[in-house]
Amino acid sequence: MHIYLFQRLITAFLTLFGMSVVIFVLLRLVPGNIVDILFSSAGFVNPTAKEEIARELGLDQPIPVQYGRWLRDIAHGELGKSYRYDIPAWQVIKPRIPVTAELALLALLVAVLLGVPTGVLSAVRQDSATDYLLRLLSLAGLSMPSFWLGMVIILLLVSWAGWIPAMTYVSPFEDFKAHFLQFLFPALAVGYRSSALIMRITRSSMLDVLREDYIRTAWAKGQRERIVVFGHALRNATLPVITVIGIEFAFMIGGLVVTETVFNLPGVARYLVDAILWRDYPVVQNLVMFIAIVVVLANLTVDLLYGWLDPRIRYQ
Amino acid sequence: MQYSSTPILQYFAMAVSSLFAAATFHPDSLSGNFFRFCREKPLGALAGGLLLVMVLAAVFAETLATHDSIRTDAEHTLARPNHAHWFGTDNLGRDIYSRIIYGARVSLAVGIASTLLGAVVGGIIGIVSGYFGGWLDLMTQRIMDILQGLPLLVLALVMTAALGPSIGNVIVAISVPIIPRAQRVIRASVLAIREFAYIEAAKALGVGHLGIAFRHVLPNTVGPFIVLMTAQFGSAILVEAALSFLGLGVPEPYPSWGRMLSVSAAEFAQKAPWVVLYPGSAISLVVFASNLLGDAIRDKLDPKLRGA
Repeated sequence: MHIYLFQRLITAFLTLFGMSVVIFVLLRLVPGNIVDILFSSAGFVNPTAKEEIARELGLDQPIPVQYGRWLRDIAHGELGKSYRYDIPAWQVIKPRIPVTAELALLALLVAVLLGVPTGVLSAVRQDSATDYLLRLLSLAGLSMPSFWLGMVIILLLVSWAGWIPAMTYVSPFEDFKAHFLQFLFPALAVGYRSSALIMRITRSSMLDVLREDYIRTAWAKGQRERIVVFGHALRNATLPVITVIGIEFAFMIGGLVVTETVFNLPGVARYLVDAILWRDYPVVQNLVMFIAIVVVLANLTVDLLYGWLDPRIRYQ
Repeated sequence: MQYSSTPILQYFAMAVSSLFAAATFHPDSLSGNFFRFCREKPLGALAGGLLLVMVLAAVFAETLATHDSIRTDAEHTLARPNHAHWFGTDNLGRDIYSRIIYGARVSLAVGIASTLLGAVVGGIIGIVSGYFGGWLDLMTQRIMDILQGLPLLVLALVMTAALGPSIGNVIVAISVPIIPRAQRVIRASVLAIREFAYIEAAKALGVGHLGIAFRHVLPNTVGPFIVLMTAQFGSAILVEAALSFLGLGVPEPYPSWGRMLSVSAAEFAQKAPWVVLYPGSAISLVVFASNLLGDAIRDKLDPKLRGA
């Protein structure tokens, strides 16, 4: 187990290192440098001020030195300065983390609660009308842009209930109900999409397991359906499902970028878009790195869960 | 009409012709067995027909559109769907039906071109890394892990931010996240093909590495390649929609489906739901059809993955 843990940690670290190089190089593809962009949007050109900012940003240094400094800053928890707000970027990001985390976890919950039972049902009733209907519904979930689904949900709420969730952020300590409703609908929009993938993988993994000998034995000894399906089959079918949940988590952060915009929630993903639109590049670079860290940690967690759930994996 | 001098048509013609080239490359499964496919997979065939209709609408947009897609009309803003404007008009009085037809040209062209670009680049990397193996393969795998690790939309967002908004750049930005997914699929099938006896026979006959990789291995990856393309096409359309929605996708004045849903249009949604309902339905319908077709083709070409 320790060797397995160690290997996984090393891989995660190397992946993060690689991601940091990719992000750094990608943002250096910007035609002209960051200072030019800052100044073109500010609307005045003063060569001395320009040089001063370039020095402050370390842009007068060679590229490898810039990269090294960036890594050092991240390691020290310094995420640079937001040029939009003229305060350290971390102060802008920090209050936004709970918003995105809450939305992501709620969406994941929706996805699992919707995806796993429908996947099981679909597999147990393979090729029946129920199966086809559920598969079409999940395919529909994969086909709708989640931000559009969010808009449609709002429209439906307006025409049916004559009510929409609060469009400005409500703190849970002020009004918990309004806060919850505000998060529920975006979570449904994002979670539906993810539930579709979870449903598909649950179904196929259940179909594989249901054909195993030990399931036939369970049926033969007259075990009840509920126990065969949930006690015997689902237990062994969960491994691929957990992998997909891990992968979906990364996708979901992408989905949140647009959903937070539709529902006007002040989250991290939304801020990434704003930072890109405002050309606040130091913040963009750090935010993407932050997202990368979250994704790698999620994958690491899945790998470790995997090793814990299935003892065979450790010895491979 | 108004786009005759834009690069859109060129991209589109390029994309469609390469798709046909890919289709005729493998005549067995796509034309020879066409009728059997329709009988066994009616839903898949229906979806394929729907996609074809969409592509034809995009190609013949000039004939099918009832209005100029970018001309504004201050007197008829946010008009309900009626005889003159089948899907109503948007906040600037532009005809939504015509914009969807012209938008099909942009959205489908971007979708097809970026899928092809990503799949071809990823496919070539997959063939080379799968065929040669060793440390080259190991290195490539790690790089692909890194690319695949970043959320699709975040990677595309950063790419467009870095490259700047233009149709070509949007295509490149959407294709980059497809590369690792294509590489993985093609590499896996190359690893299986590599072990077949006819590859050994070709080696014994003295065929060079490149000859084997591209003349003997490549044609046998066409099946998984087509499955991959249909699956990724849907997600490419969705990414384009999201990018345009955020204002970072295809630039004005081209009408793209995502741009029609953009934040500024969404403000009018409560007063005029048709502004968002129709473009969003167009996106969902195309992606739904490509997912259905992809599933059907995969079931046919790769029975092992049935129902996955």
